Amino acid sequence: MELTGERTLPASRARVWAALNDTAILSRCIPGCQEIQKASDTEFTAKVGLAVGPVKATFNGQVTLSDLDPPNGYRISGTGQGGVAGFGKGSAVVTLEDAPGGGTLLRYSADASVGGKLAQIGSRLVEATARKLADEFFTRFAAEFPAEEPAKPEPRVPAAPEERPDAGARLSPWIWIPLLVAAVAAIAWFARG
Amino acid sequence: MGADGIGVAVRRKEDVRFLTGRGTYTDDIARPGQTYAHILRSGQAHARIRSIDVSKAKAAPGVVAVFTGADMAADGVGGLPCGWLVKNKDGSPMKEPAHPPLVVDRVRHVGDQIAVVIAETRAQAKDAAELVEIDFEPLPAVVDSKDALKTGAPQVHGDAAPGNLCYDWELGDKAAVDAAFAKAHKVAKIDLFNNRLIPNAMEPRAATGDFDPASGDYTLYTTSQNPHVIRLLMGAFVLHIPESKLRVYAPDVGGGFGSKIYHYAEEAIVTWAAGKLKRPVRWTADRSESFMSDAHGRDHHSHAELALDKDGKFLALRVDTTANMGAYLSTFASCIPTYLYATLLAGVYTTPAIYVEVKAVFTNTVPVDAYRGAGRPEATFLLERLVDVAAREMGMDRVEIRRRNFIPTNAFPYQTPVALQYDSGDYFSTLEQAQKAADWAGFEARRAEARKRGKLRGIGISTYLEACGIAPSNIAGALGARAGLYEAATVRVHPTGTVTILTGSHSHGQGHETTFAQVVSETLGIGIDQVEIVHGDTNKIPFGMGTYGSRSLAVGGTAIVKALDKVVSKAKKIAAHLLEASVNDIEFKDGKFTVVGTDKSKTFGEIALTAYVPHNYPLEELEPGLEENAFYDPKNFTFPGGCHIAEVEIDPDTGVTKVVKFTAVDDVGRVINPMIVEGQVQGGVAQGIGQALLENCVYDKDGQLITGSYMDYVMPRADDLPSIGVATHTTLCTHNPLGVKGCGEVGAIGSPPAVINAVVDALKDHGVTHMDMPASPQKVWSVINGAHRKAAE
Repeated sequence: MELTGERTLPASRARVWAALNDTAILSRCIPGCQEIQKASDTEFTAKVGLAVGPVKATFNGQVTLSDLDPPNGYRISGTGQGGVAGFGKGSAVVTLEDAPGGGTLLRYSADASVGGKLAQIGSRLVEATARKLADEFFTRFAAEFPAEEPAKPEPRVPAAPEERPDAGARLSPWIWIPLLVAAVAAIAWFARG
Repeated sequence: MGADGIGVAVRRKEDVRFLTGRGTYTDDIARPGQTYAHILRSGQAHARIRSIDVSKAKAAPGVVAVFTGADMAADGVGGLPCGWLVKNKDGSPMKEPAHPPLVVDRVRHVGDQIAVVIAETRAQAKDAAELVEIDFEPLPAVVDSKDALKTGAPQVHGDAAPGNLCYDWELGDKAAVDAAFAKAHKVAKIDLFNNRLIPNAMEPRAATGDFDPASGDYTLYTTSQNPHVIRLLMGAFVLHIPESKLRVYAPDVGGGFGSKIYHYAEEAIVTWAAGKLKRPVRWTADRSESFMSDAHGRDHHSHAELALDKDGKFLALRVDTTANMGAYLSTFASCIPTYLYATLLAGVYTTPAIYVEVKAVFTNTVPVDAYRGAGRPEATFLLERLVDVAAREMGMDRVEIRRRNFIPTNAFPYQTPVALQYDSGDYFSTLEQAQKAADWAGFEARRAEARKRGKLRGIGISTYLEACGIAPSNIAGALGARAGLYEAATVRVHPTGTVTILTGSHSHGQGHETTFAQVVSETLGIGIDQVEIVHGDTNKIPFGMGTYGSRSLAVGGTAIVKALDKVVSKAKKIAAHLLEASVNDIEFKDGKFTVVGTDKSKTFGEIALTAYVPHNYPLEELEPGLEENAFYDPKNFTFPGGCHIAEVEIDPDTGVTKVVKFTAVDDVGRVINPMIVEGQVQGGVAQGIGQALLENCVYDKDGQLITGSYMDYVMPRADDLPSIGVATHTTLCTHNPLGVKGCGEVGAIGSPPAVINAVVDALKDHGVTHMDMPASPQKVWSVINGAHRKAAE
């Protein structure tokens, strides 16, 4: 399965980059994320609860960052084990560039595969689920950059973020950076999920 | 004779218990102290196992034991054997890589068995299995048999099968075929893929192992079509348990279609574990497990060419097939694309020269073996599609080209160029009868009418033949079979004249308890309610090779007839004694032994009683009792054949193909129970339509099974099927006493090409000459719309 996409985030490249490496932000933005821990600057472990069609499971994932080029991008690779539900693995190349209208343009290109029960009974739902999760991630990630306010404790609020992604260029630079990270992470997650 | 005899549509005796939920299936059998096994299966298509840590699983609640392949290997447990040795073109033997019940260090397909967790409850076993930690090193996988042959392809078995090749085999006269092609007027060609199918018996597989420490006896309860074969293979090759200490019991079996012929890992695992634990160990597959562990069917790539003269006579046939074996050789996998496929490529035609090459290939997929029809559907699909292509190529009528090449009705016995000798058949009559029943002549009017409704209507025909009743043991042995293929029966007449038949055939839905009883009723003149058919238990049945390849009546039924003949012969001697006449003067008819030309007679019941209460009895010449055994080894295959006609309507807006009419006229030899024959043919046709339009097993490029549930694997439902018209036209089999040929598979063999020929006919204005199965709405819609666009350009 291949997934590509891009988002314009209302924050500078530096801030998007920082957010992409901030486990607290990531854990708020990754749908179903129960915990995320930084083992090193380039290694994370995470626990994510996901449902793909009829398959529900908690995935234990390991994420590795490589090809780091702050604040321009990296490669994020991950594997996730969902027990009897199966497994996933994938990687995404994420690039950040200044958006023409201001803000940061995050691009991702992910390649992922799933195995086990997830493939057997959920395969045709995986791609749709992945896209949905990516959207959800970006929506939340964008919400992490509200003007000059501190990070919200509960970023689940759908109202504001819903309109933001497209209006991203006009939003404060705070918003963009996490998006990138989220995108990448989400891609890797659902990929492995 | 009588109301219950041969030819009567008696209602099935066994259906009362099936329809009222009183059948006894393997999973219904509970044993005191039983434990539950859960098989931990690979989610990886191909991976090296660096380590397996079962310590957490062992400590989980309720867990009795966790075993891995290393534990079985340490006990000297052998691999699962293959029952047929096929030789390469150069005479060397095929490759037979090891097939351990639990893998040791490498998994080769999704579903491969890694470990067994045994616990007090099924849920505990499942939960604990999640705690087994396996460190995999994923390896690249290969799923398509043609890809597997390419240089640089991932190697499924490494040096044990270099290049993934199991064997490279041939049959026929290559020089004669080449010569015929050189002078051909035209050559018709086709490339096709016979889609991989998943069997989907209604009852999933199950196995319970039991061990009696006092006697040292093992018992395996299992969902098998042939319990003696399982006892032989598992006892001799895998667990090394003498037959005298191993009972295999297959009670009621809810469908098999071939998938329950084979000796599976789980049977060995539960039997072995029961011995280790001194407790019964039971396992039942859930549906997901069935998808990834029951042997699959078909999966052939083929290229075929047919040489024709200017009159449309077939001069020669050349076929090159690549058959997918999956990751390991299942019990009979090797003989399916060879002796049950290539030998059928003459079909009903007089093609004088045929040459076939078959490569069997390992891939990272579930093992492939016989599935309803087993090789003959693949041969029939190829041939009947190719004949349609040839007709178009020659500008000839599809029916006329068939008639012109049919084996004449007076040409039997007919020797084909691919080893078989057909004993009887009448292809002209089945064709004519089917054309009439299907109103072939009126089709163009129906097509025109459909066109007015915006529908594309097509008609397709298949004139097929198959080989059943496998097989003369000496011939099969010469061709590589590692088992005999006879059948055994015991007729036990009880003192009051009731009869128990012990048969080595094993019904898994075919209705043996009725059909066999009718044969007994016909012979002995007693009602079928006086006859009990016992099967499935190696402790009761003397021996048996089981039920597959539509052989039960032709081979198992004949063994019963042979034993009945012995019973009648002995009973005549008893009657002669009682009636004070010469044996030669005793006539047995309608259940009565009569002195010819007199009214002196004794009933069958009186003779039975005399045999067991021998007060007035020729004891010095004759033993008391009335029980006889027989083993019957068939003299030849039987050759059912016939004509199937499908009529389809395609909705060009959605691409949906609907079979609107289906006609089957089959020659299955003598019909013992017409209702059962009709049911068997209908079921087979339903499966054939399933293959042609709906069913398809798909792996992704990484070897993941992505049609692993009924969401993605489309089984035919009632509303996918038309009312199926079934009729028979009988020519008798000449070499068995009942004259029967077999009816279990004809439906699945004859129907797929009829349906696809109809689809191609419906789409002929769109430039379609072939469509691989299944003709899914997407495929059909794309063809129609692609063609439309072309026309518009």
